[in-house]
Amino acid sequence: MKTLAELRKIREKAQQEMRLRQSDNRVKIVVGMGTSGIAMGAREVMKTIMEEVANRNLTDVLVTQTGEKGLSSMEPVIDVVEEGKQTVTYGNISPEKARKIVAEHIVNGKIVNDFVVTVQS
Amino acid sequence: MSLKRTDILICCGSGCVSAGSLKIKAKLIDELKKHDISDEINVIETGCMGPCDYGPVMMVYPEGVFYRNVSVDDVEELVDEHLLKGRPLKRLMMQDVDDKVYTKVSEIPFYKKQIKVALANCGYINPDKIEEYIALGGYEAIGKVLSEYSQQDTIDVVTKSGLRGRGGGGFPTGRKWQFCYDQKADYKYVICNADEGDPGAFMDRSILEGDPHRVLEGMMLAAYAIGAQKGYFYIRAEYPLAISRIKKAIVQAHELGLLGENIFGSNFCFDAEVRTGAGAFVCGEETALISSIEGRRGIPNAKPPFPAISGVWTSPTDVNNVETLADLSTIFTKGPDWFAGMGTETSKGTKVFALTGDVKNTGLVEVPMGVTLRELIFEVGGGIPNGKRFKAVQLGGPSGGCLTEDHLDTKIDYESLKAAGAMVGSGGVIVMNEDNCMVNIAKFFLEFTMEESCGKCIPCRVGLKQMYKIMERITSGNGKQGDIEELERLGKNICELSLCGLGQTAPNPVLSTIRYFRHEYESHINDKSCKTKVCLPLMHFFINKDKCIGCGLCSRKCPVSCILGSRDEKYFITQEDCIKCGNCMEVCPVSAISKIAGVGYKPIDDSDSIYG
Amino acid sequence: MYEKIFKKYSPEKENLIYILHDIQDSDPQNYVSEDAVQKVSEFLRIPISHIYGVLTFYTMYSTKPRGKNVIRLCESPPCFLKGSEKILIQLCEMLNVKVGETTEDGLFTVELCACLGICGNAPAMMINEDVYGDLTDEKLIKIINDIKRRA
Repeated sequence: MKTLAELRKIREKAQQEMRLRQSDNRVKIVVGMGTSGIAMGAREVMKTIMEEVANRNLTDVLVTQTGEKGLSSMEPVIDVVEEGKQTVTYGNISPEKARKIVAEHIVNGKIVNDFVVTVQS
Repeated sequence: MSLKRTDILICCGSGCVSAGSLKIKAKLIDELKKHDISDEINVIETGCMGPCDYGPVMMVYPEGVFYRNVSVDDVEELVDEHLLKGRPLKRLMMQDVDDKVYTKVSEIPFYKKQIKVALANCGYINPDKIEEYIALGGYEAIGKVLSEYSQQDTIDVVTKSGLRGRGGGGFPTGRKWQFCYDQKADYKYVICNADEGDPGAFMDRSILEGDPHRVLEGMMLAAYAIGAQKGYFYIRAEYPLAISRIKKAIVQAHELGLLGENIFGSNFCFDAEVRTGAGAFVCGEETALISSIEGRRGIPNAKPPFPAISGVWTSPTDVNNVETLADLSTIFTKGPDWFAGMGTETSKGTKVFALTGDVKNTGLVEVPMGVTLRELIFEVGGGIPNGKRFKAVQLGGPSGGCLTEDHLDTKIDYESLKAAGAMVGSGGVIVMNEDNCMVNIAKFFLEFTMEESCGKCIPCRVGLKQMYKIMERITSGNGKQGDIEELERLGKNICELSLCGLGQTAPNPVLSTIRYFRHEYESHINDKSCKTKVCLPLMHFFINKDKCIGCGLCSRKCPVSCILGSRDEKYFITQEDCIKCGNCMEVCPVSAISKIAGVGYKPIDDSDSIYG
Repeated sequence: MYEKIFKKYSPEKENLIYILHDIQDSDPQNYVSEDAVQKVSEFLRIPISHIYGVLTFYTMYSTKPRGKNVIRLCESPPCFLKGSEKILIQLCEMLNVKVGETTEDGLFTVELCACLGICGNAPAMMINEDVYGDLTDEKLIKIINDIKRRA
């Protein structure tokens, strides 16, 4: 190890691997993974979102899951949670729609109104 | 970037391992494979998370859910409910008195008052991965110091922080480094004293197992400050996991060029290796430790000369405790004022304590110095289980003393505890409830130090044995007038005349229990009675005839057939023959048998015998 | 016979403790024999008396043959407070030996030792390098039977 810069490079890379444990993520995408969600394809939605986030190298975005959202008719459901902003709940999400949400809402900050179920603080 | 969505941290400190955490890990990996989600979930072994009593414990991120008392049988449900359906298992989470589940770890009373410095990464990182240590700022301190600080600057920072030796001596670390630095010598050494032998202490083990790189970095900071080229980790052989983790850490550090020549492009060259003990408590004493490293019997030497002047192979040597070294990197990254901002006037920073004995939350905790005993035992520790009352707390292991209810509001710092007759020591806190006999406890500690005595000096070798003989007489019903005074006299002399710290502090448990529990000694000697019914010769079992139903079960279970009687006349114990095994009390279906303090019979007094 | 071990170390006195550990661990009877001491003395060029001095000082070494599995039960205060005495009595009864003795089949030796550092999970014991905590009568029976089965 010859310089502090070298050390910091290793640190940045390693921090990526540990980001699930850190709490400094800008956005959290929560996928409803209750039984009905899974039955309606939530797992594929989850996988798609994770791939998109990885491909776009969105280092401040966390993808996680939760249980039954109680919106069975809208499954699969995802929440987009951001510090200081209102939580947006999207419903009837397919892998394709999920990609659109990542591109427009997560990256560009534009809520995709067509897919919105509720917006709450 | 990996596509993992969950980090499951399983505590694999030796405590949780002994409770089965590795089996849980194996089952978890199986279940994840079964459900085809192995690619999405990280299963990480960490070091000690702290609360041994709740072990095995786990943390699930990003939710930050804390699971306690997990068993192999819980794994299937855990995977199904939490990982697949996103529903954390409430029954395995911590609950408060109103059964409300704690959702945040910081709300749990055990963690609330803790500020983690030495334990910052324990239970949070995978100790086998140097990258995780670096991710959290590891090796930044040594990098900064080598680029910007002179050796004297480095010493000054530590002096400013007020850090004192955490192994028990409490000697100001900055001052020790200064002594070492001031010596002119071709070779100097740093030794990490990991011969944690105090009964009730396991903080060093946990830090070495859970965050080995932190200790290595601390050693490097010490080495740079004093001008040492080589470091030794002296780890007791009873800690095989700690030994293998440190060895691995050294290899990893070499691979990244953090050990060896010209570290961080400076003139600083340093290497470290592991040396083990072979089962000798006295090797925790620095001169004995040095003898052991040199391949000899671990016999202490008189000081002066101190190791800082003449240590291993007569070179200036800085001997620091594991926790002391673990505090260093944070002192440099957050600044000495931050560290000194915690604690009391004379005792700065935080201290790791090991809570054991009759307390609800046994385990490892790190709190700022100055916290009171009451806060530590009742808030962090959760108080005494099973509705029992607090009686005493033994602080500082076999070198320390016992304190009572009256001392619960004492602030924990080096000077306050010393004044009360105890000591911070390594941080062992053994809590005792009302069922404990303080005379017996003191005898226990004395037996330990007596057996661990190296034998070199008479006050310790012979003196402790004499004290022990008296304690044995007292607890077996043969105590006599003058015994307490003799114990005090011997104890004082041994403290003043012994060669090393072992002998100098060994009488403390006896002296402090005489100071605060003299009545128990007097009761043993004068009344031949052990009020807590622990000392078998000074108590007896008794059958309450009013409760006895004459079933005869006790008589049948008695191994020496000393219980006589019948269904009609009920049963009684022939006290002279009773061996106090307690079988009768265990089998009695109506709880008619109880323990009574005092000898159960009067020996025949034949002093009036006509035979003289 | 000890060449493999000697190859790992330079012939200096400071390596004595590690060489003795390795020799003891490689012996199926978990001890350091007279013959081994002789060889170590030749390798390190130090007197036999010095080696015995070290062997008898440190409690983890044994100069007498022991069982394949050395059980070291902690007898320190935190374990005592949680009932280590009862565990010891049960252990000795189960294996039909006294403290310091080896079972007839050479499988177990029972020893007492000082604090193992597992105090949060007292009472505790080590069997060779494996640690066991929160010992109860049932757990003890299971642990011993598991080892007997694997033997």
